[in-house]
Amino acid sequence: MSKRDRMSGNEAIATAIRQIDPDVIAAFPITPSTEIPQYISGFKANGLISTEFIAVESEHSAMSACIGAAAAGVRAMTATSSAGMALMYELLYIAASDRLPIVLAAVNRALTGPININADHSDSMGARDSGWIQIYSENAQEAYDNMLMAHRIGEHADVMLPVMICQDGFITSHAIENILLEEDETARAFVGVYDPPHHILDPAEPAAVGPYSVSPYVMEMKRAQFEGMARAGGVILEVAADFEKTFGRRYGFFEEYRMEDAESAILIMSSAAGTAKDAVDRLRGKGVRAGLVKLRVFRPFPAAELAAALSGVKALAIMDRSDGFSGNGGPLGAEVRAALYGRADGIRTINLVYGLGGRDTRVEDFENIYAELEEMKDGPTDASPYCRHIGQRENTNKGTD
Amino acid sequence: MEMSEKMEKINRMAGITERSLWTEITEGGFVYGAGNSVFFNTGDWRTKAPVWRAENCKQCLLCFPVCPDSSIPAENSKRGDFDMFHCKGCGICAKVCPFGAIAMTTAGREEKEGAGHE
Repeated sequence: MSKRDRMSGNEAIATAIRQIDPDVIAAFPITPSTEIPQYISGFKANGLISTEFIAVESEHSAMSACIGAAAAGVRAMTATSSAGMALMYELLYIAASDRLPIVLAAVNRALTGPININADHSDSMGARDSGWIQIYSENAQEAYDNMLMAHRIGEHADVMLPVMICQDGFITSHAIENILLEEDETARAFVGVYDPPHHILDPAEPAAVGPYSVSPYVMEMKRAQFEGMARAGGVILEVAADFEKTFGRRYGFFEEYRMEDAESAILIMSSAAGTAKDAVDRLRGKGVRAGLVKLRVFRPFPAAELAAALSGVKALAIMDRSDGFSGNGGPLGAEVRAALYGRADGIRTINLVYGLGGRDTRVEDFENIYAELEEMKDGPTDASPYCRHIGQRENTNKGTD
Repeated sequence: MEMSEKMEKINRMAGITERSLWTEITEGGFVYGAGNSVFFNTGDWRTKAPVWRAENCKQCLLCFPVCPDSSIPAENSKRGDFDMFHCKGCGICAKVCPFGAIAMTTAGREEKEGAGHE
């Protein structure tokens, strides 16, 4: 039976990790994820977990140690944020290419510079092409639930890819929230035992992992890696269905909030979705047909499913908590628009970059966005302003634009 | 056994060749079967090649331990001819030889097609 408790996102993740009791954790502290390895070392010192905890000297080493451990056939995990993830960058690609289902607790923080410790998505968005599955959490409950599902997704024989469970730094990682925790035994039973078919410590089968590949092999390996990511979607839904059956909480690729007859909608990830839902409720109270889609699974990107969910809306704001500096909008803006193209054409879209470096985005800000969408929704479909930053101080005199 | 024959045996063991489909490649490129780098031709890009002049060689074995690619086979305290399947032509052996028993030449490219030496 679920137990009601209250804790931060970091403690929720650490609790899930304690219940999973992975074989190896290699981590280096970085704000705001530092608490996670800190809790883990407490669990270890108190004999609550059997995990081998490796206090490494950098995040490059953390991911390297995880790769070695995973290649040896065990469950390996780490936690990081911001510059720590950037220091892992090379190894993130190797973990994915070697098909090692490592699980990383990412606590999203702005990537330097300017140096800043608060929430935005520039760290994990920078790793969006690394081949990791990426799942984003709105609150501590979702961080906990997503972590309990992570291993079963990554370790599935059809997938064999590393998984990143993301939550917003400080907003989620440090705020104390109500949460439903599962019993240790039921949580552990849900996660199950990892028994990889091959590993490098098997004396009966000497093997090498991560070999140099000459040109005649690279494209075949990448095609196989693509297949793992393509199959991950189905596995994510399977695991979510079993999670709902076991614990009663429902997850999909995304959450649709009051979307039934929505004409204007916001598409957003992580903690700010909660704030935007408040705006939806206020507007619904005034008769505005506002809705929201909160994207949970960013990798693999559920393009067809998103397009189907959005096909009925007239105007859509795609919210990016990082600017990919393409000069053409943020990463979510680009991917959502690509998903709509040819599947749900004619939706008026704006792409807004918000909340960088922990900048607050308030309910009123979202109300303003919906007001803009209401103005756009019956206008021309080819006149959408492409991408804009919101929330920064600027000259607001009318006409200066 | 010819090198190409050995190579084929290893490839058959792993079931993978340069003609394998992507569905036949091992997950993550795992290589099963240990010690198989000896069968991989890494000597095909040298620009100079050592030539062993056995008549000048005193079998002092100064050359054998300095070869970075273990391309000077030695058995019963005697060296044999170069393993051109793996020699990169770096010339360290020629440099340490006090007796002029190793000459570096630009010849020797004929081995590049992977004939190899037993």
